[in-house]
Order: sequence, then C-alpha cells, then structure tokens
Amino acid sequence: MDTSQSARDGATAPTVRRYGDTALLVELATLDDVIALYGTLTADPVPGVTDLLPAARTLLIRCDSPARLGQVETAVRAARPAASRPAPAGEVTIPVVYDGADLAEVAKLTGLSERDVVAAHTGTPWTVAFCGFAPGFGYLAGGDPRLVVPRRPEPRVRVPAGSVALAAEFSAVYPRESPGGWRLIGRTALAVWDLAADPPALLRPGVRVRFTEVRDG
Amino acid sequence: MGDPRLLEVLASGPMTTVQDLGRPGHGHLGVGRSGAADRGSLRLANRLLANPEGAAALEVTLGGLRVTAHGDLLVALTGAPCPATVTCRDGGKRQLGHNAVEPLPDGATLRLGVPGRGLRTYLAVRGGIDLTPVLGSLATDTLAGLGPPRPVQGSLLPVGPPPARFPTLDLAPVADPPCGDVLLHVIAGPRDDWFAAGALDRLCAEPYLVTTDSDRVGMRLCGPALERARTGELPSEGMVPGALQVPPSGQPTLFLADHPLTGGYPVIAVVCSRDVDRAAQARPGQRVRFRLI
Repeated sequence: MDTSQSARDGATAPTVRRYGDTALLVELATLDDVIALYGTLTADPVPGVTDLLPAARTLLIRCDSPARLGQVETAVRAARPAASRPAPAGEVTIPVVYDGADLAEVAKLTGLSERDVVAAHTGTPWTVAFCGFAPGFGYLAGGDPRLVVPRRPEPRVRVPAGSVALAAEFSAVYPRESPGGWRLIGRTALAVWDLAADPPALLRPGVRVRFTEVRDG
Repeated sequence: MGDPRLLEVLASGPMTTVQDLGRPGHGHLGVGRSGAADRGSLRLANRLLANPEGAAALEVTLGGLRVTAHGDLLVALTGAPCPATVTCRDGGKRQLGHNAVEPLPDGATLRLGVPGRGLRTYLAVRGGIDLTPVLGSLATDTLAGLGPPRPVQGSLLPVGPPPARFPTLDLAPVADPPCGDVLLHVIAGPRDDWFAAGALDRLCAEPYLVTTDSDRVGMRLCGPALERARTGELPSEGMVPGALQVPPSGQPTLFLADHPLTGGYPVIAVVCSRDVDRAAQARPGQRVRFRLI
C-alpha cells in the first residue's frame, strides 16, 4: 500500500470504543466505511477475533478472551480499509409480487405512484450491508434514495415469511414469520434462510441483490 | 456395546434446553452465539466427566427435570445446587452430590428439585448429548428459534460415545451461587456519553431488583432510573452478553446468552465477562449490585 493511501485513511480514523472486556465497537462515518472495514477484517482476519458484526454505522468486534483485547484493538486501529468498494460477494435475483399491505402507504409517503415505487425498487441494485434482527435478515442498502420511509408507528405482531419490506434507507426480505415494523411492499417465494443450505443465509453482507417483478408468487 | 445409551425425559420442569458453548462466528448471518447461560458451570460439568468442555448438556431452569437412564451413564450436576434424587430399578433411593461425578445406572430415574439458590442447573452426561448440530452447535437459541428440539416428556436424548480420557476428580470444590445480593463488575460504555452526568454513579449506588420479566435473552432490572442526556435512538448496533441496555424508561436490561444481535437503545455499561455467569444465576426477586472497574 502506498503512503498517500495510508495518510488519507488516517485523516478519517474511526472511533474505537471498548465494549466490555472482550469486544470493541468501531464507529464509522458512513455505511460504506463499515462495509469497507468489514471487508478488510474478513479478508485479513485478526487473530483472536471470533465475531464481526457490521451494522449501520458501527462494526462490533468480539474476541475470544479479555487478554486478547489490547492486541486486537491495535490491529484494528492499524487496519487500512481499501478506498474502493469490495467486490460483490455474489449476486441474487429475487422475484417479487408487489402486492404488499403497505404499498399504497409507501406511495403516499414517497410521493410516487405505486407503479413508480415498484420501478424504483426493481430499478437499482441493492447490496446486503449487514444482517440482524433474525437469522438471515439482511439489511439491503444502496437502493433508490426516493424509497426512504420511516418504520410503521406500531409494529405488526405477525409478518409472513417472504415479505419484502422497506424502512429508512434499507430494504429486506423477512426470512420467516416474525413480528416487524417495516413497510411491506410485496412478497417473494424465494427462501432467503435455509438451514439445509451452506451457508444458510442467501443475503450475506456484500451480496448484490436485484428485485424483479413477477405476476404470481 | 449393547443398546444405545440415552436419557429419556419424563418431565422437563419449567424450562429445560440443550446447550453447549454456542455457535460463534455467525454474527454476520444474523445468528448469535447463544449456548449455556452460565458457561463456567457447563464447562465444569464437562471437565468433571472428562468430556470436551463444550459437549452438549441440559440447562435446567428452577429444577423439575426427571430423566431415566437407558444404559449405564456417568453424570455431573453443576450450577444451581438442587435436591437430586436417584431411584434405582430395585426401588433404592439415593441423593446425588453437586459438582461431582455420579453414576446413573441403567433404568435409574433422576429427579431434580427446585434449587435453594441460583437459577440454572447443568446436567451433563459422559459422552455428551449427541443430537444433530444446527450450524455447528447444539445450543438452543430461544430468541432466534435455532437449535435442537426442546426436551419434553417422552424425548429420547442419545448419549455420545465416552471420550478416551477418564475422569480424574470425584468432586470439584466450587462456591455455590450467592443467595443475597449478587455483585457484578461493570465496565463503562460504550454509550455512557448518552446519559446524564452521574448516571454511572447511580447505576452503582443502589442495588437493582431482578424482575420476573427475565429469561435467557436478558434480565429486566428495577431500580434507580438512569436518565438520558440525549433522546432518540442510535442506529442499531451490535450487542454482547452482559450489556446493560437502557430503554427510555431508564430501567436497564442485562443481556444474557440469547440477546438480540443488535439494538437501538444505548448501552451504559457492560458486565465483565467473568461475571456474566454469576448474573445468569440471579433469580427473579434477588438483587444485583454493580461496581465499576
């Protein structure tokens, strides 16, 4: 790596916070920075690290013992994420029937027609930023910025598996039936979580996702 | 070897799950580590039996388990000490020791009473419980719904082949879980800056009651409210066992083995890793006291 690269990255050094005695929480300015650091620490693992958990503006790093935390912190502070986005970890096309219970509401909130919401959702590829909430629940980012909508004021007690939804800057597919507060715009018959598959999650961090409209699920 | 060795469940009590040391390394798929709530007690039970430390065993909450041995088994009970009565085929009864290597002969039934102190008792068997792992582990993640089926009346739990090594100790001298206030050491942060000045002192000044709204996911605590200096939520970020997350009510939740992977409420402090096991043994109605390190 050339020195100008290091100097540039050094200028925006992330905040590293101790999180108990066996974890660190790295705060980053943007989701892209999270993805970049996650990519670097995945490609070049730090000894003693057991789990990396990317989220919207943070990367949680868990290690195997308190004795290792200092070493891991030094290594993380020295990590120099690549300036360019990491290569996609795979590509998935998700067929969606756009008949979600909140489609009309999303159209109203965004000022788009229902057809425009569908066009926007299918028109721009998304990338899985991180997983959370439930096994295989991927937070898809990088979609059409007109689709940013708040969560529902009251979460639903029961959201069916395969529901395709929006909240904030993210889209998601519910891996299985669960409670949920995201806005439902459609449904897919594609299983995004399958314990018989290896890996069981279809939507892993870095995977590129394209939604396509189908008439029948 | 003759017939397969197994444990037959006659009654599972309020809450019995199969647990090992969990499934680390799957956080990026939205899968937490889970595993024994009191990891030290599970390890101890396995070490007593010369099992690998992470062999699967039963985590029994507030007793109530009854199992019958099929084949001659060696077992160990650790964690919350409870009355443990073995009734043999000939009707003879005996009490099992705690933190000890004990035989459970073919046809004998073991009954666990309610522990006098502590919450979770571990019943390990030499050879370990031998079911099909889910993502490399036999941990039961109650929040994510991952792991082997919950043991219920009639469940047959196969026992694995005994390891090559033999037990070297009959008994481990281990302190029982405390019955009064439980002291837990905490490390400030990562979001203590979201709280009003003095909130950390407040956390450590008075004990907090463990409420009945407590399970493997976490313990809802009741005590002095921790006032926030900032309103709103954080963008969701990763959580860890031992994290003290504070919702707008100001009453902290102490996360345990099956905690949600991410959360949007700030974490004021984290229980140090060696004290999380002790927290997991605190019963509803007991109090915990925090000390900053």
